[in-house]
Amino acid sequence: MNISESRLTFVIVYITLSLLLVITLFPIALTVLNALKPSAEIVQNPLALPSIIRWDNFTRAWTDANFGTTLVNSAVLTGLTIILVCTTGSLTGYVLARQKIKRWKILTFYLLASTTAPIQLFLFPLYFGFARFGLVNNPVAVAFIYTAVYSPFAIMLLRTYFLAVPKELEESALIDGATHWQVFRRVFLPIVSPGILTVALIVGLNAWNEFLIATTFLQGQDRLTAVVSFFLLSGQYSSDWGEIMAAALIIILPIVILFVLLQRHFIEGMAGGSVKG
Amino acid sequence: MHRLYVLPTLIINAVIIAIPALLTVALAFFEWDGISTPVFVGLDNFRALWDDSVFWTALTNNIIWTLIFLTVPIAMGLLAATMMLVARRGSKFFQVIYFLPVIIATAITGRVWQAMIYSPVTGVTGLLQRMGIDISNPLTETSSALYGIAVVDLWHWWGFLCVIFFAALRQVPAEQIEASRIEGATFFQTIRYVLLPGIMPTITLMMIMTVIWSFLVFDFVYILTQGGPAYSSEVLSTFAYRSAFYDLAVGKAAAISVVISLFGLAATIFYIRAQATEFEK
Repeated sequence: MNISESRLTFVIVYITLSLLLVITLFPIALTVLNALKPSAEIVQNPLALPSIIRWDNFTRAWTDANFGTTLVNSAVLTGLTIILVCTTGSLTGYVLARQKIKRWKILTFYLLASTTAPIQLFLFPLYFGFARFGLVNNPVAVAFIYTAVYSPFAIMLLRTYFLAVPKELEESALIDGATHWQVFRRVFLPIVSPGILTVALIVGLNAWNEFLIATTFLQGQDRLTAVVSFFLLSGQYSSDWGEIMAAALIIILPIVILFVLLQRHFIEGMAGGSVKG
Repeated sequence: MHRLYVLPTLIINAVIIAIPALLTVALAFFEWDGISTPVFVGLDNFRALWDDSVFWTALTNNIIWTLIFLTVPIAMGLLAATMMLVARRGSKFFQVIYFLPVIIATAITGRVWQAMIYSPVTGVTGLLQRMGIDISNPLTETSSALYGIAVVDLWHWWGFLCVIFFAALRQVPAEQIEASRIEGATFFQTIRYVLLPGIMPTITLMMIMTVIWSFLVFDFVYILTQGGPAYSSEVLSTFAYRSAFYDLAVGKAAAISVVISLFGLAATIFYIRAQATEFEK
């Protein structure tokens, strides 16, 4: 498939794409560059190469952002959210894909509507309610909030995977005397597992990066997520920006590595569910 | 009864979203500080908003934000996606790079732009100033703060649209493109009459989502300016958040949330309609 053969078109196309590439990479390059510099050199010229490489930016970032605790908090919160969304979501996705959609229209529309509900619509009563029941600073409670927020997207995406499973497979298993639970576990789950991986990646990415809910519900020093801890560290009056950029890299790096390895799943999932982070 | 499999989802959703959302709607008619007993005040919260100039600034800013995001990132995404389709070689590589900002936490993106680009002390702006170029930090001027934030969100966001449009463009049947080439259509005619109509449903869906998201925008405003200076970059969601947690005016915050939701609801109806046609299949 060739849309254009002209050499000039190709030149313009590659120049434009490269220009966008530079715009995209510029702030990322600045982060990497300055994470390796002493802060005095950042003030002089943020674009210059470091005269000496300051690896201790990373060790100081690790201590000051309390990453030993906060990264674990983020990982636990992300893991819990992934487990909750994938189990409850695949159960619901299975039912929605297997029922005549007319009867389940209301539920489907309700879920679609709640993907577009502003967080502020439920945040305030939820916060004061949680505060009353002592659930603030509780990562399990926050994992449930994330689950409620990310589930509709996960269900809509998983539903399309469940729909692709041939009906005959289910029917013959049922005729052979399998229960619905067995059909779900042994027939469906193995087939839809790529979909579950995609959902796990997108939900994990969102939970890891989430800011508004985490900063509202997890404020205790030992409960902060890595992102919120980074935010507080970088908000101090006298900031060492070399150290802060190092902290940023520590949070970004695991995500970027996962993304590069599994980009097809990420992009497919984002496109399928249309979520904005 | 395997239909009961939907129960966990429904219970979590009811406790976290549905019930608190209904409470928010009710709270909009009360005065409440979050601790003592709420006092019913009727429409007072809405009347107070009507007379509050910050509310109107925030609403205007949300509308400006919507207009920016309906045009600039969609145009950039379409341009780059079409060019990737033409280039073919290297399109995978471009796609991965353009998507990188989408996967970086908003708190990090916000701080990097603030310190490394906008800051007159540690950023590129400061460097340009020292070189004698007349440029200031957009985030500290009332006239430009909102646009300074929008640039950061644009950087973070356009790659997502580009990847979605590129995926849609590749679904346009190759025969249609071949045919238009054979018929002697120019490059731009092919884009105008074959490719764009082919991905129109995707563009429409993204525009609807843009309207919804534009009324939810929170992170970058809260991180970069907290709505300042002098409320110039305030949007409805930061206004509501500050009212609830800084001023402890939860009733007022609830009223603002109801307003945000009403704007979102209009777009949501279009969204559900667009999605519903897909579910009929």
